[in-house]
Amino acid sequence: MSYFRAHVLVCAGTPCMLKGAGAVKDALCREIERAGLQEEVRVVETGCLGPCDDGPVIVVYPEGVMYSKLKPEEMSRIVQQHLLKGRVVEDLVYRAEKEKAKPVVSLEEQGYLDRQYRIVLRNCGRIDPDSIEEYIANGGYEALGKALTTMTPEQVVATVKDSGLRGRGGAGFPTGLKWSFTAPIAADQKYIICNADEGEPGTFKDRLILEGDPHSIIEAMAIAGYAVGADQGIVYIRGEYHLSIERLQRAAARARELGLLGKDIFGTGFNFDLQIRTGAGAYVCGEETALIESLEGKRGEPRLKPPYPGVAGLWGKPTVVNNVETLANIPPIILKGAEWFRGIGTEKTPGTKVFTMLGDITNQGLIEVPMGITLREVIYGVGGGIPNGRGFKLAQTGGTSGGCLPKEFLDLPMDYDSLAEAGSALGSGALLVIDDSHCIVDVLRSFMKFFQHESCGQCTPCREGTARLYQLFSDLAAGKAGQDAVQLIKELCQTMQLSSLCGLGQSAPNGVVTALQYFEEEIQKHVAGECPAGVCRISMGSRAV
Amino acid sequence: MPVKSSTEPKKSLRQVIAEHNSDPGALLDILRDAQEIHGYLSAAVMEEIADELDIPVSRVYGVATFYTLLATKPKGEHIIRVCESPPCHIRGAVNILETLKEVLGVNPGETTEDKKFTLELTSCLGVCGVAPAMMIGDQVYGNLTPERVKEILKTYA
Repeated sequence: MSYFRAHVLVCAGTPCMLKGAGAVKDALCREIERAGLQEEVRVVETGCLGPCDDGPVIVVYPEGVMYSKLKPEEMSRIVQQHLLKGRVVEDLVYRAEKEKAKPVVSLEEQGYLDRQYRIVLRNCGRIDPDSIEEYIANGGYEALGKALTTMTPEQVVATVKDSGLRGRGGAGFPTGLKWSFTAPIAADQKYIICNADEGEPGTFKDRLILEGDPHSIIEAMAIAGYAVGADQGIVYIRGEYHLSIERLQRAAARARELGLLGKDIFGTGFNFDLQIRTGAGAYVCGEETALIESLEGKRGEPRLKPPYPGVAGLWGKPTVVNNVETLANIPPIILKGAEWFRGIGTEKTPGTKVFTMLGDITNQGLIEVPMGITLREVIYGVGGGIPNGRGFKLAQTGGTSGGCLPKEFLDLPMDYDSLAEAGSALGSGALLVIDDSHCIVDVLRSFMKFFQHESCGQCTPCREGTARLYQLFSDLAAGKAGQDAVQLIKELCQTMQLSSLCGLGQSAPNGVVTALQYFEEEIQKHVAGECPAGVCRISMGSRAV
Repeated sequence: MPVKSSTEPKKSLRQVIAEHNSDPGALLDILRDAQEIHGYLSAAVMEEIADELDIPVSRVYGVATFYTLLATKPKGEHIIRVCESPPCHIRGAVNILETLKEVLGVNPGETTEDKKFTLELTSCLGVCGVAPAMMIGDQVYGNLTPERVKEILKTYA
């Protein structure tokens, strides 16, 4: 194996690729060859580093200097100055806070990771996701080895239970408890499903985890299989996520070659293999029973519960369904123990959370922070505040099915229970920041447009409710709503929350219900034909009486 | 769905079904493959699948119309999917859609007369960090402005 004195990691996550990371990498390789450094410097494609808004991003190791917003023509300076002469190219260095006059050098000092704590994203941006060797060199598959050779399945379940890990897909159900339902059941076949059907608007964490560290998911699924007695795993992944699908397929093939998947893993007699299945574009398939229906080749319509999938899931067999981010937490928990995990985050929600920050926020992208951080710290700290000199209007946490929180809630800790109390949700970790140039009616109308399209149509409250809400908000936006519009909206929301079959219909009105609490005046003004933000095109003449 | 390169011999629908052991549980995968072969899922294709799998054609139709990536009507050579989810909406997706409608002369759900483009709306594409975004075929485009949309369309001319 040859020795390289420097490694340049090029972020090959989708956002950076869209901003031209491919051309940057090509230019970099060309310049390195021109300088004759190809034996000394290695260029590696890696997963998302987080500051997606500032892509393309590269990191030069061993110093750990991150450069951002790169153009192909700037590569010659990086090669000539940094790689040849060892001088940091200061004007290209990533700055966490744009006002800071003096750039600092190492990734750790650059402030980007200051307030972050990386468990789930431990390898993203640090290793080559296509190299199982790099994953193993960073402690990969050690947890699987530990579990298989030194722990009983009961001990694995107990460790996950004690860690307090809760499902990161949205509902926050304790993962260990879920496993403990399935583990004792005697069945000829059980399944582990990784739910990678990430469809919540504003959420792309699972995609970036799969792109940046696919082996962590494979390892975690094998551990889960050992814990509950399943020898088959299925990753159900969005059909649109081409790069994730490819990387995961390659990773699974490599793991199979090395005997980390397949028969008799680590010589323990434990068998586990997995297959990758792709979705075909249906948001509701993120709901676990709808996902199972889809895997059985049917319309993705949620099942009535109970029975829960843990007892009777895919093909009627006991099935554990876990989210990508949940699974990514498993190997570190097995390696470092439940106590270590409980020491991070809050008492009721230990660990970290990956958030995707977007909308009207300076630093859009992906962060991982301890549970319990406040909205203010995320938005004004890591997020860099609101651009263009605008003011904060609201933040929607948990994706489009979350609630709208006004500025009174900026100091609310971000964990499952605090956000649920405020009428919102931690959900998938999407954080949509909306500034004061936007109109609440226009925003809610866009939420409802999404839900009326994605409702599967099986149950009436959701099918009709989402369509009616969309209509009512369209009427409000057009200045054609009747005097009783707000009352109707309130009744509809309550009906949907109480009587919808699955989480989609029950949570679809969350944004509206919270907005009615904090922005009712603005909504009422639309009934009178006025849009205070000046967004809705209300023509007074068309208003119904 | 992307059109497969002509050098790769196309499998027949029967072959695809045989590969899946005529298993109704693989219906979604079979429909996806059938769409690759025929471009879209015509009534005749759906009837053939129903026959081969020995299930009612209503079930095939039900699944084919449930998922947005499956099409029961012929589509243009390139399918443009514009994300209209809230994060893109906040960043001005409306202007992107208006530009596409204007340049292509079609509404969402319609195909241009030369059968080159089909314009569609889509839910979140998961690239919100570069909103507003759209997909043309398998290619994702982010940070769109009306000007960029026009330039991108030219590359497909």
